[in-house]
Order: sequence, then C-alpha cells, then structure tokens
Amino acid sequence: MDDLASLIAGFQVALSWHNIGFMAVGVILGIIVGVLPGLGGPNGVAILLPLTFGMDPTSAIILLSSIYWGALFGGAITSILFNIPGEAWSVATTFDGYPMAVQGKAAEALTAAFTASFIGALSGVVLITFVAPLVAQFALRFGPAEFFAVFLLTFCSFIGMGRENRAKIIASLCIGFLLAAVGLDSISGDLRMTFGSTELMRGFDFLIVVIGLFGVSEILLTVEEGLVFKGKQAKIDLMVVLRTWAGLPRYWATLLRSAIVGMWMGVTPGGAIAASFMGYGLAKRFSKRGKNFGKGEIEGVLAPETAAHAAGTSALLPMLALGIPGSATAAVLLGGLLVWGLQPGPMLFVEQKDFVWGLIASMYLGNLAGLVIVLATVPLFAAIMRIPFSFVAPVILIVCAIGAYTISNSIFDIWLMLIFGVVGYVFKKLDYPLAPLILALVLGDRAEDAFRQALLGSGGSLGIFWANGLVATLVVLALLLLCWGPAGDAIAALRGRSRQDPETAEATR
Amino acid sequence: MKQQWLAATAILAAGIGQAAAWEPTKPIEIVVPFSAGGASDQMARTIQGIIQKQQLTKQPIIVVNKPAAGGAEGMLDIQKSAGDAHKLITTSSGIFMTPMATKLALNWTDYTPVAMLAQDSFLLWVNAKSPYKNAGDLMAAAKSASPAMKIGGTSSKREDNLLVFAMEKQGGTKFAYIPYTSGGQASTQLSGGHVEATTNNPAEDLANWRGGATRPLCVFAEQKMAYTEKVADGQSWADIPTCASQGLNVSYQMLRGMFMPGKVSKDQQAFYVDLFKKVSETPEWKEYLARNALAADYRDGEAFVSFLKADEQKHEKLMTDAGFMAK
Amino acid sequence: MSNTGEAETPEPGISRRPVEIATALLLIGLAGVVLYDSHGRGAGWDGGPQNGFFPARVGWIFLAASLFILWQSFRRPDGIFVTYEQLRQVVRVLGPLVLFVALIQPLGLYVASAIFIVAFMAVVGTSRWWSIGLTALIVPVVCFWIFELQFRVPLPKGPLEAMLGY
Repeated sequence: MDDLASLIAGFQVALSWHNIGFMAVGVILGIIVGVLPGLGGPNGVAILLPLTFGMDPTSAIILLSSIYWGALFGGAITSILFNIPGEAWSVATTFDGYPMAVQGKAAEALTAAFTASFIGALSGVVLITFVAPLVAQFALRFGPAEFFAVFLLTFCSFIGMGRENRAKIIASLCIGFLLAAVGLDSISGDLRMTFGSTELMRGFDFLIVVIGLFGVSEILLTVEEGLVFKGKQAKIDLMVVLRTWAGLPRYWATLLRSAIVGMWMGVTPGGAIAASFMGYGLAKRFSKRGKNFGKGEIEGVLAPETAAHAAGTSALLPMLALGIPGSATAAVLLGGLLVWGLQPGPMLFVEQKDFVWGLIASMYLGNLAGLVIVLATVPLFAAIMRIPFSFVAPVILIVCAIGAYTISNSIFDIWLMLIFGVVGYVFKKLDYPLAPLILALVLGDRAEDAFRQALLGSGGSLGIFWANGLVATLVVLALLLLCWGPAGDAIAALRGRSRQDPETAEATR
Repeated sequence: MKQQWLAATAILAAGIGQAAAWEPTKPIEIVVPFSAGGASDQMARTIQGIIQKQQLTKQPIIVVNKPAAGGAEGMLDIQKSAGDAHKLITTSSGIFMTPMATKLALNWTDYTPVAMLAQDSFLLWVNAKSPYKNAGDLMAAAKSASPAMKIGGTSSKREDNLLVFAMEKQGGTKFAYIPYTSGGQASTQLSGGHVEATTNNPAEDLANWRGGATRPLCVFAEQKMAYTEKVADGQSWADIPTCASQGLNVSYQMLRGMFMPGKVSKDQQAFYVDLFKKVSETPEWKEYLARNALAADYRDGEAFVSFLKADEQKHEKLMTDAGFMAK
Repeated sequence: MSNTGEAETPEPGISRRPVEIATALLLIGLAGVVLYDSHGRGAGWDGGPQNGFFPARVGWIFLAASLFILWQSFRRPDGIFVTYEQLRQVVRVLGPLVLFVALIQPLGLYVASAIFIVAFMAVVGTSRWWSIGLTALIVPVVCFWIFELQFRVPLPKGPLEAMLGY
C-alpha cells in the first residue's frame, strides 16, 4: 500500500489553500470555456499555459487540469439548453437532454448530467489510482486491427436500433462517412474529394457541422412555432438537485455499465467520443424504457455523460503513463508538462512521484469542487430559458458563428455552418436522423484509417481481424450487437423484410 | 514600463549592432501547420514562453494550429496573408514536401524566410525486446520476412515515408510502411509490438526509451549526435552509432525554422531575425534543444536561403525517386 | 415540429413531396460526384484498399439509399412540409442571419454582430428601441473583451476596430 501513502501525501499537497483557490478559478474558467464553443478546452488551456510558467509545476497542473474538468462539465450546459454540443462527446447528451429542457425539465437534466459526469470521472480516477501500470500495459495491446474493432463495436452498438425510416438512416450514415473522407487522406497522403478547392481541403470539422445541424437548425424550427423558447417555465430552486438525486439510484445499472464502457474506451484510446455514443446506444438497448429514448428520458442523459467522463478521465492515464494524449486538451496539457521539464511516459511515475500523486489527488478534489460549483449554477443556467427569445437567439447565433470561425479562422466556415443549419432544418422536417451522420463524421475516418493500417501490416489479408483473442472477441461482440436490434425487431413486428439489414451492416464496415 | 522596455531594446540592439526600426503593433500570431502537442507545436509554444518570459517583445504571442491537409492549411493561410507582418509560420521539410505531394500552388519563395532554428535527426528504433542489435540485423531479417516487415512513421509521403523508401532501395527489400497520425502514436505502437521498427525523431521516442520499452539502433546521419549527457540504458544520444556504420547508408535530417508572409518590408523582416537570434541565445532555448536532441543550427539571411535551395533540390529528387510527386 | 408533416388543417404551404424529391435528387447528385471522384482516383484493391475504395463503396450504398428514398417519396401520402406562415417566421430569422454572415467580411465580426442584433430584434421581437440599442452595444463589447482581450482569440475585425487601433 505504498501507493495509498503516496496518494495521501498527494492530498496534502493539493489541499493547501492556494491550490484549492487555483482549483476553483480553474473550474470556473473551464465552465466559461466549455460554454463558449469558440473557446474549447484546448484553447483555454493553451492560452493560460504561459501564465502558469511562474508557478510550481504542481499548482500549475492543478490549475490547468481544473480548467479541463470545468470544460468537461460546461460542455453539457449548451447541449441541454440549446441543443448545441460544444465538444464531440456531448453530442449524445443532446439526444435526451434537449427534449428534457423543452419539457421544462432543464434543471433536472443539468443536475443529472453534472452528477453523471462526476460519477464517470470519479470511476476514471479510481482506475488511475489503483491499476495504472496494469491498465497501461493493456492499452499497449491495441494495434490498428484492435482499434478498428473498437470503432466497429461503437457503430454496431449505436446503429441498427433506430425506429426511423431505414433508408434514411443509411443515407444519413453515408453522408457522415463521406463528409469525414473529404480532405487529406492520412494513409495515402493524397487529397480526396476536394475538387481543387482550398476551402474543402481542410475537410469538414465536426464542430461546424454539429453547430449547424443541431444548433442553428433548432433555432429555425423553434421560430416556426412562434418566437419563443419551447422550454416550459418551471419553478427552479436548489431543491431540484436533491429531488433529481433521489431518483438516481434507480439507474444504477446504466451508471455502472456506462462507467465501465467509459473507462475501457478511455484506456484503449477509443476515446470519450466513442464512449459517449456507445454508452447511449447500450443504455437504449438494455433499458426497460429504451423506447422512450430521444424523447427526454433522464437515463439518456446519464448514460452518455457517465461514459464520456469516465473515458475523458481515464484517457489521462495513457497520457501520463505512455505519453500519448487521448484528446486535444490532453495534448496541450502534455505540452505544458514538457515545458516544465516533466517528460510524460513510463518514467514519470518513478521519477516524479510527488507530482503524479499530487495530480491524481487534484483529480479527486478538482472534480468534487467542479461538481459543487456547477450544481450551484443550475438555477442560473436553467433561468436562461426565461430570458426573451428575441434577446437570447441572436446571442446564441453570434456565439455559434464565433465558434465556427475560430476552428480555423475562416469565414467560409461560418457560411458552412449556416448551410448545415438549413440542411439540418430540412432533414429534421423530412425525418432524416442526424445522429448517425454525426457518429460517422466523428469516427468514420478514424475507423477507415485503422482498417487500412491493419491491412497494410498484414499484406492485405483480412485474417488480421481474426488474428488474436482480443480482436476476435471485439468483432464478434460487434456483430452480435448489430444483429440484436434487427433480430428483435423482426420477431416483434413480424414484418421483417430483411432487405435493409445487410445494407446497415455494409455501411458500418 | 514602456521606457524600461525601450531601454532594454536599445541595449540589446546596440550589442548586436543594428537597431530594429520597426516593431509590432498588435499580437503576433505563430501559425503551426501541425496539431497541438506535436513537435512543431512544442517548439512554437516554447518560443512563445521564452519571448514572454524574457519580454523580448511588447506584444503578446499567440500560437494558432492549422494542421489540415498535412500542413497545407497553415501554408495557405500565410500565402493569403502577404504583407501581414504580425504572422509567422513554423516550418519543417513539409514546406517543400506538402506542395510536391499535393500539387497545391504553394511555394516557399513566396514567403519571407526569417531564420532556421535547428535541425532534427531521425533514428531507427526497435522494441526493447527485439532481437536486432543493429541496422544490419534488421535489414537481413526484412529480406526474408513475409508478409513484409512493418515500419511505423508519421503521415504518408513525408519524411518518415521517404526514409523507409531509402532503406528499401539500399537494402533491396520491401517494407510495409504504416503511417500514423503522430510520432507519439508510432512510438506507442512500437512498444506494443505492432510494428517492428519506427523512424522517429529523438523527442518522439525519448519517453519510451527511458521507460525501457524501445531502443535506438542507429541515427540516419553522417555524424553521430552531439549530446553526451546520459539518457537511458547508460547511453547518451552521442553514443548511438550512425546507420552508415552499420551498413545502411541512409542519412536524412529535417530543418526547423520560421517564415513570414511575403511582401513584408526589410525592417519588419529584420525585427524578427533579431528576435529569433535573441531567442536562439537564451538558456531556455538551449535547454529545449538538448531535451529534444535537436542539432543547434541557427541560420538567417543568405545562409538560410541557400540552405533552403539546396534542401529543396534534395527533396525534389527524393520525392521523384520515391514516386511521391502528385501526378 | 411534431405534427407539421401530417397537418390536416388546410393551412396553405409548401407540400412535402416536392421537398422530399428535391432532397433525394440532391443526394443522388452528391453520390454521383463522390463516385466520379473516387473512381477517378482509384477505388480498387491494391495490396489493401486504395484511397478511393471506401468512399466509392459508401457512395454506391448512398446512391442506392437515395434512389430508394426517391421511390418512397412518390409512394407516400403527401402532406404539408411547411406552411407559408411558418416559412415567413423562418425567413425572418434566416434573413438577418445571412446578412450577418455577409457583413462579417467587410465590417468585422463585432460591428456585424451589432447590426445583426438590431435587425433581428427589430424584425422578430417586440422589444423597445432602447433595449435593442443597449443589447447591440453590450453584446459585441463583451465578446470583444472576452475573446480579443482576455483569451486573445483573434476574430475578424473591420475598419472600426482598425480606427480604434486593434
């Protein structure tokens, strides 16, 4: 129990007054950064990095990682209130979070999201604390074939369960894959589908597409019904938090499942994005109330948030232990470590014990501080829904435009956001599902890269996806999950023209 | 504050013997044509830190990542910003290779060269448990391997890919080159045994070497590296033999430098030349070079331009031979 | 949003079928472009998939799905896609938004925001003029303070900012 003693020493470092102060400042800054899509986590951390050069490394990393926690919490706020996910991993949160807000349950949704984030993050930290070396070794077993299998599993757990028109699901999925393919192909080094346009060369950034498809289109739909927010007025006070908490133990199975999925995806660098989609997909499949998902089910908020944050936190483990960043924010944090002369990697745990355990202790405390601070803001954010629409809508649209612009400092991207806004409006009215599009856009090119890397290594033989126990298990699990939905449907509805199923399978490959 | 700063510049400028007649009036943007966390990004952020810590300019420095299309995004941005003296771009050999591989209308002669800051080396790395003791062993094993031996690197049709191609030509064998998105990822894949070797820069594999997961076989250079401080396994960078000495006659290095957009005035260029000269003389910069085992090689003015011309020709030949030129 | 598709009230509007057909045709066109590009670059299997392999396969599936959607749209009972009243509301928001984006290039984001807020609130809302003016002033200034001054994120600026020395 050498580690436990180190951890306690770590708490002593982290619990000094000025470090707690840094934590609070960091979390608040992080929330601001998380709420404004133009200032994603990486930006916030990168901008504040130079300010920390004067501090001692432990305080500095506490400040920066608190920004990270704050940004993680903050991402859920815009997803729930305005259907605008600021980060890829909060997309799945919008599926049920926004409908809840529309029904006047914004405060419940926010409380659920924050609590779930905390539970997820806490599971991730516990994992880092106790099994770091073991888990780091496991992560090393993931080569390209295994990565591909993880992505396949994510697609399969999410697809094949939609109740929408199957042809439209497939079309939507295809659009996502194709959008993801635009730009430089990292395997061949060639440009694809750019048709000589330098603007298209950048490809389609997820955030621009999602701000347009989800955020702008939602505002257009809202105004159809009259120029007010759809959110019903609800009495908001801090008691909402307690009432929501009282209902949570019922969902222990979902929370547990999502936490496990998240931790696993965080360590095998499948990442928080894949984790959130998989957490949502699995919850929908296994919950008794699965049919209500997408209509404002609290479980649909808990599942992706828990998974995303368990993954986001566990992803710090490979970064510390192996030196590979799990996310863009983690990459900037990594840059920060290097500036202080701390070399992430296997030796960090040996050479910089104080620092590592100080950081781990600050993860516990930072998350707790984060939870307290964000919960205190629930009434504040829920009250935004009461501000007149004619005031809030332009502000949201301006912030969206800033967010789209800052990704690559291009005004073209703002136009693109607008176009996707109109596309999203038309698609929603014509019942094209948008979630498969986003999933394919976010993970499609990574899945393709992994697939092709694997085949380059095997000399073109597909046997590589069957070559060892790990990859074979993942592939079988994926196929099982894929068949689960359609098979269940076929039995239930007895209307199983199996024409669409092979197509769904094809599209995910 | 302003007075102090002016006084400080006056002293520094006097020391170098030229007064910068122009100075920036708004924040200076350093465009990094790679993603956050990579080697170029780290260099830019280190420079940002040094300039701010030493107060070498009055205006703040902002680092902006524009990684899309193999760095072409950042280069296009500089192309479009002709005349803007508040922008800089970090460059590597990509400044020649990206236009060659993508056929985009980009050319470094449209930019204003500021300074070359260092040269980065490439090493041949294997898993620590690998049976290969030197490059000769590895090449011999590659000849009889089926399917082809896997070598990991960063991106396609870029530095690592060229190196692997040169190894194939030298050894008369075929490798399966697997492009990853970063050197860090390639290094992790090597330590997991998913590839047999990588051609990473020193910084990219440093952590895993020190952690006992990977080890270097040789350096792709005519001379050994300069840093004699012990790094891992009781070895220093300088102890690593050259690949040529192990029968693999391939050498390749990559420049790391700074450019400005085209059409800026001589005074503006002089300001940044002076700025980076000062940066290159700080102890923090030297420490950064040593930590990443970068070869200190500061050049500006004519020396930089003639280096670029020679380097471009070299790359054109390498890229043509390897068939990486866009059709 | 819920029952606009099947609205049975005889409110006048654009019917659903032409929109379905137009969308499907657009998707078919997109699929064609993708297939043209991918097969042009090589969509075969050359010791592993070539770089057009996946886009081409996805393109074919996409084409099939879009054709099916087209066929389906003829079979389905027609409804109202959007009533003219609703469309008028949407245009009232979309109009100022397009104006806003168009103005960013010449005037910079902050001035464009101010104009956008004025246009939006005047067209859409029932706000009093002073609250419009105040909002149009405060929001850009706060944005400027956060992005430009605090976080140093450079946003597009126009002649006004240049005059003020930024």
